[in-house]
Amino acid sequence: MTSARILPLFAAGFTLFLMIDLLRRHQLREKYAILWLLVSVSVLVIAVFPGVLANAARLTGVQTPSNLLFFIAALVLLVVCVQLSWEVSRLEDETRALAEEVAILRLDAEKGRFQPPARE
Amino acid sequence: MTGPGVQRSALAIVPALNERRSVGLVVQSLLRDAPSVDVLVVDDGSTDGTGAVAAAAGALVLTLPYNLGVGGAMRAGFKYALRSGYAAAVQVDADGQHDAAAVPALLSALASADIVIGARFAGEGEYAVTGMRRGAMRLLAATLSRALRTELTDVTSGFRACNREAMTLFARHYPVEYLGDTVEALLIASRAGLKVAQVPVVMKPRLHGTSTQGTLRSTLYLGRASIALSLAFIRRWPHDEVADVNSHEARQEAR
Repeated sequence: MTSARILPLFAAGFTLFLMIDLLRRHQLREKYAILWLLVSVSVLVIAVFPGVLANAARLTGVQTPSNLLFFIAALVLLVVCVQLSWEVSRLEDETRALAEEVAILRLDAEKGRFQPPARE
Repeated sequence: MTGPGVQRSALAIVPALNERRSVGLVVQSLLRDAPSVDVLVVDDGSTDGTGAVAAAAGALVLTLPYNLGVGGAMRAGFKYALRSGYAAAVQVDADGQHDAAAVPALLSALASADIVIGARFAGEGEYAVTGMRRGAMRLLAATLSRALRTELTDVTSGFRACNREAMTLFARHYPVEYLGDTVEALLIASRAGLKVAQVPVVMKPRLHGTSTQGTLRSTLYLGRASIALSLAFIRRWPHDEVADVNSHEARQEAR
């Protein structure tokens, strides 16, 4: 086996191991892990059977197989980044709502300490 | 401060970030010139003791655990006003620009609208802004006037009164981005069928600090305003919640 095939095998194996370990230790939610598991399995397939990539390149009309790989990689990373931005926006909205709730509860609690609670 | 049993008419919401030097005077002038109004200062993560000064001056203080921006502070204020049963809320800046004596006029104008803007450039008083910024403000005003089909001269004014329908909408959907809080809020309101009106007011010079002006800043201002406005036009708002807030006309007929 040439060193050119060892590198992708190592990368795919490492990613797989990392994902499974993170999942096992409850450090990663499934919805994020599934994507990376798919990516590492795909890389593993290509590392073991390089012909798959060559065939895919011929089918899509891409002259250099590695360019197809780069194109797909860029696309996957773009989608992941957008998804993470979306998640961050959602989390920001949620923490914002919590901050508002906390402020209101704090004012209510302070009022309760200084005067008898008003029954309306 | 309102005790138990007293009818809760209106709440002045004062978003404040490090305004220790002016917030006390703003609270005092509100309590003096608008005596029917309770005062709530939303301390937006200040580090200079703004909240303590406001409380000492006689305001209720909502202390946000960290900085949320004017939009976030107002959202918290609207939520508090709704839950405490206030019939109306009026936003007043903590820098002392907004004249507390104009608050009753804004509130009484709510009889024929859901949102009332205290507007500069509407004939009363003098308010000087320079070149680009003035141009940007006029462009925004013209665009929004057309979109809302009502004459508005000052859409970036933060001096505004809202009734419960507007508060209900804003407690959920008040924009949190810079400038969105003033410009986008009006578009959201009109999308929800709320009626916007304006009352001319005199702005006072700020008590402390300088306004952000200058050519570069004005250009940035125009750019961000355009983005905020374009976004407001294309954004969708949750249908069910907008439907919750009936149109002003429909509610008038129901009465």
